[in-house]
Amino acid sequence: MDASNPIATAGRAPTASRVRPGRRIADRVLILASTIATLLGIVVLGSILLMLIVEGVKGFSPSLFTAPTPGPGSEGGGIANAILGSLVMTFLGILIATPIGLMAGTFLAEYGRTSKLADIIRFLNDVLLSAPSILIGLFVYTLMVRPMGTYSGWAGAVALAIIATPVIVRTTEDMLRLVPGPMREAGAALGAPRSLVIRAVTWRAASAGIVTGIILALARIAGETAPLLFTALNNNSWFNANLLGGVPNLPVMIYQFALSPYPNWQSLAWSGALLITVTILALSVVARFVIKDQRPR
Amino acid sequence: MSASPAIRSQFEGRSPADVKAPVRIAVKDLNFYYGSFHGLKDINLDFRDRQVTALIGPSGCGKSTLLRTFNRIYSLYPEQRAEGEILLDGQNVLDSKVDLNELRSRVGMVFQKPTPFPMSIYDNVAFGLRLYEKLPKSELDGRVEESLRKAALWDEVKDKMKQPGTGLSGGQQQRLCIARTVAQRPEVILFDEPTSALDPISTGRIEELIEQLRADFTIVIVTHNMQQAARISQFTAFMYLGELIEFDATTKIFMNPAKRQTQDYITGRFG
Amino acid sequence: MTALTQTLAVDRQTAVARIAPSKGADRLFQGAAYASALLVLFVLAGILGSIIYGAWPAFSEFGFGFLTSSAWNIGTEQFGALPAVIGTVAAAMLALIIGVPISLGIAVYLTQLCPGWARKPVAMTIELLASVPSIIYGMWGLFVFAPLFARFVQVPVSNLVEGMPILGTILYARIPSGVGVLTAGIILAIMIVPFVASITRDMLDQIPTVLRESAYGIGCTTWEVVRHVLVPQASVSIIGAIMLGLGRALGETMAVTFVIGNANRLSASIFDPGSTIASRIANEFNEADGLQLSSLMALGCLLFIITFFVLIIARLLVRRAKVA
Repeated sequence: MDASNPIATAGRAPTASRVRPGRRIADRVLILASTIATLLGIVVLGSILLMLIVEGVKGFSPSLFTAPTPGPGSEGGGIANAILGSLVMTFLGILIATPIGLMAGTFLAEYGRTSKLADIIRFLNDVLLSAPSILIGLFVYTLMVRPMGTYSGWAGAVALAIIATPVIVRTTEDMLRLVPGPMREAGAALGAPRSLVIRAVTWRAASAGIVTGIILALARIAGETAPLLFTALNNNSWFNANLLGGVPNLPVMIYQFALSPYPNWQSLAWSGALLITVTILALSVVARFVIKDQRPR
Repeated sequence: MSASPAIRSQFEGRSPADVKAPVRIAVKDLNFYYGSFHGLKDINLDFRDRQVTALIGPSGCGKSTLLRTFNRIYSLYPEQRAEGEILLDGQNVLDSKVDLNELRSRVGMVFQKPTPFPMSIYDNVAFGLRLYEKLPKSELDGRVEESLRKAALWDEVKDKMKQPGTGLSGGQQQRLCIARTVAQRPEVILFDEPTSALDPISTGRIEELIEQLRADFTIVIVTHNMQQAARISQFTAFMYLGELIEFDATTKIFMNPAKRQTQDYITGRFG
Repeated sequence: MTALTQTLAVDRQTAVARIAPSKGADRLFQGAAYASALLVLFVLAGILGSIIYGAWPAFSEFGFGFLTSSAWNIGTEQFGALPAVIGTVAAAMLALIIGVPISLGIAVYLTQLCPGWARKPVAMTIELLASVPSIIYGMWGLFVFAPLFARFVQVPVSNLVEGMPILGTILYARIPSGVGVLTAGIILAIMIVPFVASITRDMLDQIPTVLRESAYGIGCTTWEVVRHVLVPQASVSIIGAIMLGLGRALGETMAVTFVIGNANRLSASIFDPGSTIASRIANEFNEADGLQLSSLMALGCLLFIITFFVLIIARLLVRRAKVA
């Protein structure tokens, strides 16, 4: 390939390269283009973070975390009610999704395995994993908001749970499948019932991976906006502890305030956006380290 | 067909096969299927009390399959099935009415690769004990210690009982698994190539251990290492293509086998 | 040891009084696992069922005309899906046209060109782009990208193509505000890149090194190895990955709602505002009732059908490739 290579130059004009110019140009173009593509990705992420920090930090003040969101046109205020509402609904969503996701993933990996039913469920779970979240909002609206006659925190939590569940199902199954078969046989060989082997041995062996799945699900739902629009909606007050009625939350607050004409609302939206993005990115990074640290043995 | 002096010398000072020991496991007309594949063909074989019986033969001959019928561990996989009789103390373990979990607490098993559970050393050993016996803490501690001593592991782990079992070396992990099995006081212990994943020193320790355990348990061991079979067993069964070719006292199998195939296998002509 | 030997020898048959654990707990556990798995089926069926239920009045009122009508008139209660469907498909297609080459470039860079030490941090940066919430992309698109896009792309291009046939229609911005169908396509492209890139990278990584080395060994350039060896090997799953990206682009809501301009009518120019199914639902749902609400549900139903069709094909392609 190198023109000075003695084999390549033997019997040829000394300057002739075996790589035709066309080939070389195509190669250079590929290398350049893919490097630019990668740089583009890095620049976009950097630009998003920069935008959030520049705009978001301006609004940081103690009242941000203590005061509820202000009404239209009124000054000051914070986003404490939205933070609290988001925390409550996200937590409830994960609380509902974790047992269901864990058990369904366990069914796929331990009981169903290669059965037809397991194949169908596995496939549809994968489809659900990338289903548009707005459709889940419409579903929960029909299921809960319309019959109950009011937007509610419960509806929001259920919508978030439906988004989180497929993530947990998928990671739980994948992680349980990494647990070696002889581990299950060894449990059974001691006379332990199957459910005990699963709970005491396989779950434990895959625990790091399962926790990662839950963290990823948490990161996924923490910023979800579309399904909350029709379920929890948003308002500017503190919410009822029974979660009936609209529940303020960060994503919908950001959506409404960012597009509003009031400067103090816009500022609050930026601060909320910074807060939520940093939280989610931190969760994603943590999840990656948990999974790298401890693979199931 | 007589053996070389080298082979003969291996058996000097060894405890001889006790042909009068009572039969613990009697296999009668056993057939085994993986789906439509016929894995074991009309096996008839007796395993005697407190003797070590080795199952040898080339890969795929069915020796592990046979071992896995005694505690019916194969039934974890729906496509596998066994026909015939396996009498454990006169009771047919292949009977559908047999409680599998109870059967497996009576017939322990140690696997090819060490399988320590993701829990502390103490909990590993106590795992099987807690399943079937409700013991007060002091008694449980005693049984855990006794089992670890029997598995020749006590001195190495007595100060780190709370540490995870997965942190031990390969040989230690395998002895931990043996302790876990012994703790249940089973009647029979099945070993499925227990040293094939271990280094020679760890292998030696496990072999010594099996020799000691013979005092208390009926032992069946699958091995593809013929020297190992010769060193530790009283009886040897040679299997080939799902059939039992020859079964006899180990000294007889290795020094004066009756069948040509056995002779060929132990002299390394195939397998 | 001797003592134990004797005890065992004495009463072997009843060596240990064994208490069998209860079977009930075992069955209960298995039942719970089974029920949870079935719940996944029911949720999917529930989504489809509830949307059809909500959409029924609109379907029975407008029939097939709903698909072909471009009306969206709340006063006269005339609703049609055409502008939103076309907007959805157009934005998603633009996203693929822009996003796929970038994704493939990133996958090639990460697997073939990136120096070892940088591989992990770069891959992680790209994957982090996937976890940024949709609404943040919307804000970035509206407040950072759109003004730049208006100034440096829309205005000069519009001036250039003004009066030209075809191009003068497609690439002309009447009001160069930065928002519009193309802006939505670009933001969607950025959002699908991390997905498509990371699946493609995984697929390229799975190709045996031997194959790659032997191609380099006969003197192929990187481009030739990628073009003739790697891409053909992984083509099925790369198409699957692209379909997954398409599924995401079709149903993406918040980011699009911020940058597409939310116009109810159709425009021939990709610089002009438009709307997608998802953005229209997000915009109008909370204020809608009666036939309008039902029509929005009907739009949701169309979105369900389109995306699930795409996602099913995508999953089949990715899955089959993994088995092979």
